[in-house]
Amino acid sequence: MAASSSVAPERALALYRTMCEIRAFEQAAVKGYRDGHLPGFIHVSLGQEACAAGACGALVEGDLITSTHRGHGHCLAKGADPGRMLAELYARADGYAKGRGGSMHIADVAAGVLGANGIVGQSMGLGIGAALSLQVRGQPNCVVAFFGEGASGTGIAHEAMNMAALWNLGIVFFCESNRYAELSPYDTHVSVPDVAGRAAAYGFTGVVVDGEDVMAVHAAVAEAAARARAGGGPSLIEAKTYRWHGHYEGDPQTYKPEAERRNDEGLDPIARFARGAAALGLDPARLEGAREEAEARIAAALAWAGSLQSPPAAALTEDVYAGQAHGAG
Amino acid sequence: MRGRPMARVKYYRALNRALHEEMARDDRVILLGEDVGASGGIFAQTRGLYETFGPARVRDTPIAENGFVSAAVGAAMTGLRPVVEVGFEDFLTCCMDPLVNQAAKLRYMLGGQVSVPMLLYTFGGGGVNAGPQHSQSLAAWFAHVPGLKVVMPATPRDVLGLVKSGIRDDNPVLCLLSKKLIGSTGEVTGEGDDTLVPLGAADIARQGRDATLVALGQMRAPALAAADLLAAGGIDVEVIDPRSASPLDMVCIAASVRRTGRLAVVQEAHAPCSLAAEIVAAIAEAGIALRATPRRITPPFAPSPFAPQLERAFLPDAERIASTLRDMVAA
Ligand SMILES: Cc1ncc(C[n+]2csc(CCOP(=O)(O)OP(=O)(O)O)c2C)c(N)n1
Ligand SMILES: [Mg+2]
Repeated sequence: MAASSSVAPERALALYRTMCEIRAFEQAAVKGYRDGHLPGFIHVSLGQEACAAGACGALVEGDLITSTHRGHGHCLAKGADPGRMLAELYARADGYAKGRGGSMHIADVAAGVLGANGIVGQSMGLGIGAALSLQVRGQPNCVVAFFGEGASGTGIAHEAMNMAALWNLGIVFFCESNRYAELSPYDTHVSVPDVAGRAAAYGFTGVVVDGEDVMAVHAAVAEAAARARAGGGPSLIEAKTYRWHGHYEGDPQTYKPEAERRNDEGLDPIARFARGAAALGLDPARLEGAREEAEARIAAALAWAGSLQSPPAAALTEDVYAGQAHGAG
Repeated sequence: MRGRPMARVKYYRALNRALHEEMARDDRVILLGEDVGASGGIFAQTRGLYETFGPARVRDTPIAENGFVSAAVGAAMTGLRPVVEVGFEDFLTCCMDPLVNQAAKLRYMLGGQVSVPMLLYTFGGGGVNAGPQHSQSLAAWFAHVPGLKVVMPATPRDVLGLVKSGIRDDNPVLCLLSKKLIGSTGEVTGEGDDTLVPLGAADIARQGRDATLVALGQMRAPALAAADLLAAGGIDVEVIDPRSASPLDMVCIAASVRRTGRLAVVQEAHAPCSLAAEIVAAIAEAGIALRATPRRITPPFAPSPFAPQLERAFLPDAERIASTLRDMVAA
């Protein structure tokens, strides 16, 4: 963990706490879904907590993120409230999208979360637009656009990275390379060993980081984000990680080798952090305390979300237009 | 304020003037598109903007409609009011996602946390022998989508007024311009806010008693020519140009049909699932008693052909419109 030594223990502990919150949140979502309390379908990020926590932990107020269908971790780590997020999963009126969006459309614009998105690849196009807006308005912030290795094959990934380079936009393209896109492995989707290598085609920096190591992710994003804020343009970070669960909850994952499904490699960014915590100046009691706080926060959020009302029927046609009164249909 | 008197203005100059005025009025307005910058645009429609407003606000994009329309949506969500040019209406197929799944839905989908104030203009329609991939009129596709507004100005006055209003609107607005009318001229009066045309307000282009003829987009001119032909034969037709496809001014259209008892709609889009179909259905649902069977006057259900004599047969013209209305009045 070369990158970690410069980070204060408090900072490292905060990243750990965020990972624990994401873990607890996703576990609560999975349970709620299995128990039949959450309608629709959900994509969880268990096993990928270091990516969201490390990346968003390197951002400051005014920085923005765009996210994906697997966005719970990104939103939480950027400061969205777990209660309002769970309320959205429960399809309640107090959810971030007033129960109209669901898991794939959680946003907290005030916190800089421009939204998860159900269309693979669009996080990158919307992301460069947000970065363009920062540039035109002269705001010294940056954007992190999350995407997956599957999304790297979309046309808009190329379009967005090319435009970001042409216009020298302050954006970090953050690829969570989690071995699978839906039901098929990396090799089905990406023609080269590393998505990060594609950065060379646009003339900006591309790096591979160990996406299981929150400190390494944090260091890489901190560097890229500082460059972006200072007018140094875009960069690409590929974090190699592993999606513990299926593409969606309930996915039988028959396409994964048995050993991988059992996680014989023991991939777990939270356990990994704990193993290296002493070197960061953190003793086990502090980790335990942070984990308990995280779990208590999510438990309280869950209790609150479960107690709420569904949206009223009148909400059906709210917020279709700004200023409303369109009157079709 | 009635500053500058009536002036004759070219269609594309009206667009240029609207962009100049709105960019000068509000520095959140930026312009993105292929060749909109220093070159001044393929029809000179953006001439002078780059020089006046600079490279930060007037940007040439690479050929990446999905990407730059998505970027416009992202910018609109975060404090800018982008205007986007997509050269030909046919190319909107390449940016359906940012329009239909992003711009149209983000406000609703994110619980009202954002609005998406942007205007996309593009040149569409037939009559210039541009062939199947450069002649389409796709207004109905977008009028079908909640969250979008769609306008289709057919005169310089309406280009100026609707583009200005569209840029000021807090919603995503598609402005479907006509290629064929780029060099046409028309009268424009007033200046500043006097020139605004509200979105969703039809224009009664000609008053008449015997039939209501709704003419969409650039069908306005052949419809008015047909009305002149019919007037010579004693048939008095009311011509309505809806100007906006969404919201569609059914109040104006229904009031006219109540007066005349006859309805024909002419468009250069195909008939099935079209705006003409929508207008006829809405009149039927309103229970308005008709003296003749309503008619849709449209091209045949085939792509737009290149050959000039075929395209002439393809597009509705004044003669065909007039003969349809003659039949309706005789019936
Ligand atoms: C444009 C589009 N095509 C297909 C899908 C269906 N889909 C949802 S997620 C997904 C896989 C995405 O893989 P990746 O980018 O690696 O993200 P991950 O699910 O691994 O987080 C697909 C194909 C979609 N939502 N959008
Ligand atoms: Mg993946």
